[in-house]
Amino acid sequence: MHEIIVELKSLSKVYDETVALDGIDLYIRKNEFLTLLGPSGCGKTTTLRLIGGFEQPSGGTILFEGRDVTGVPPYKRRVNTVFQRYALFSHLDVFENIAFGLRIKKFSEKVIKEKVGRMLEQVNLAGFESRDVNSLSGGQQQRVAIARALVNEPEVLLLDEPLAALDLKLRKEMQHELKSMQKQLGITFVFVTHDQEEALSMSDTVVVMKDGRIQQIGTPVDIYNEPKNAFVADFIGESNIVDGIMRQDYLVDFAGSSFDCVDFGFAKDEEVEVVIRPEDLVLIPADNARLSGVVSSVNFLGVHYEMIVDADDGTSWLVHSTLMEPVGTRVGLGLEPMDIHIMKKVRP
Amino acid sequence: MKRSTLFPYLIWMVLFIVVPMFLVLYYAFTVPTESGATWSLENFARFFEPIYLKVLWRSLRLALFSTVICLIIGYPAAMVMAGNAFERKSVVLLLFVVPMWMNFLLRTYAWLTILERNGVINVLLANLNLPSLNILYTEGAVVLGMVYNFLPFMVLPIYSVLSKIDRGVVEAAGDLGANSLQVFAKVIFPLSLPGVVSGVTMVFMPALTTFVISRLLGGGQFTLIGNLIEQQFLVVGDWGFGSSISVVMIVLILLSMAIMSFFEGEEKDVALW
Repeated sequence: MHEIIVELKSLSKVYDETVALDGIDLYIRKNEFLTLLGPSGCGKTTTLRLIGGFEQPSGGTILFEGRDVTGVPPYKRRVNTVFQRYALFSHLDVFENIAFGLRIKKFSEKVIKEKVGRMLEQVNLAGFESRDVNSLSGGQQQRVAIARALVNEPEVLLLDEPLAALDLKLRKEMQHELKSMQKQLGITFVFVTHDQEEALSMSDTVVVMKDGRIQQIGTPVDIYNEPKNAFVADFIGESNIVDGIMRQDYLVDFAGSSFDCVDFGFAKDEEVEVVIRPEDLVLIPADNARLSGVVSSVNFLGVHYEMIVDADDGTSWLVHSTLMEPVGTRVGLGLEPMDIHIMKKVRP
Repeated sequence: MKRSTLFPYLIWMVLFIVVPMFLVLYYAFTVPTESGATWSLENFARFFEPIYLKVLWRSLRLALFSTVICLIIGYPAAMVMAGNAFERKSVVLLLFVVPMWMNFLLRTYAWLTILERNGVINVLLANLNLPSLNILYTEGAVVLGMVYNFLPFMVLPIYSVLSKIDRGVVEAAGDLGANSLQVFAKVIFPLSLPGVVSGVTMVFMPALTTFVISRLLGGGQFTLIGNLIEQQFLVVGDWGFGSSISVVMIVLILLSMAIMSFFEGEEKDVALW
């Protein structure tokens, strides 16, 4: 439904001997908010830097609206970047920082004033024109960095962990602001983060990466509910991952019992990994529960309690619940067939 | 710091900075009489005679010239060294610093044997059947001596500031559409100004006041302000006049530092001064 703006074809990047990016294929649609998510060293920042033109790929191509831009320097790409540590020009004031790109493009003074003024309104920094950027707070510097990039009206805005340095409350605020800005301006955002919550709450599309490879591409809901492998399940939110055996379609054995599930298509008696979200486990009376154990730790986290239940077969289960049972209590754990996610075994 | 730990430094400063300064001021503003000394501006009036103004002008001119040459040679060198692609950074840095381990006089004497009539350069030229050159005892030789001796003081502060510039800032400028020339003109150079100011100050001031270089390489033909002060104290014995010239120099240096700090802007913390 949307046209493709950026396309990466078997893109790879090797630094000295280390493979940072191992031949990824990805397309980014116009006006979408796409997040590259993964632990550090997964290749997400490398991907962003390749799109921005700051690095040259070791292999593969980058297409911009179908045109090959591999080898085109950053200043000739219709892409702007918000850098991780802002990278503001400390010798210029707020106005001149934002006007930098416009001055390079030789806009008239009148147009520059107008555009920068509008941008300052947009990021809630009106009146800060002549302030020294070093005197701004982290959040304000962040806004200047965003304004400085957006004022050039790029086709694609690249954001390299832009919120990592902000405190939690400010980060939440900026998440909302960025998201609404993206919707309002209709610019494609490519966002890099290692924070799964941030990725899920802001994105249209999440790309989970690990070791220079894409693990899964999907909407936040898909990624959360249907993780493709144990890594994604573990990385996106907290998960209980245990070994299991697929007895037949819709029936899986784990933790010493058999459970109905909604997965099928595995070989008979295939060894699998079973993923269950902590919030899908419900505390029930231990009596005739198929999964039961003793509460070994309780942690109050505000909205819910986080409990660890040591089951009789030796497995441990992380449970999120608004109800609490004290340590030492024997409890049963209830779960619905659709909450059991079966994954092919990738780990030996 | 506690007051008590500050105390030795305070004594040091009073003994070796404040007291001598007052002595210089005293001699500058007095003239000896039979019964002692009286306050007078006579010493300063003498300084404004054409012959001395000529010396001052020559000192300023040569110091400025040397500083500009140091900047022209030093800035690109500092840039290459601070560049990411450059791997032998420490070797080159060492090459700049090693001559400073040698005595200043010896370093300058060494140039005598290179530049003199039967020196290294002229022997080489003779072997190539080229006419010999009169390099020693010219203004050029004095400037060469200054540049050679003071170049590290230009390179090091610029290098230190350049190497601290965040690579992200350079990338950001490129990202915003600047080509490499614009990145330099609009970002790198302005950000390196504190280093340039430090370098210029650290070269200009010793170049303005040197008397050894002009004596050795100029053969005493190019009296600089430093030579004049030295003469007044050690040869003529006119401490009053020597002190008044010193005071004029101090004022000139304070003035140039004030001008420099105006260019320096807000990044004072990066600079050496």
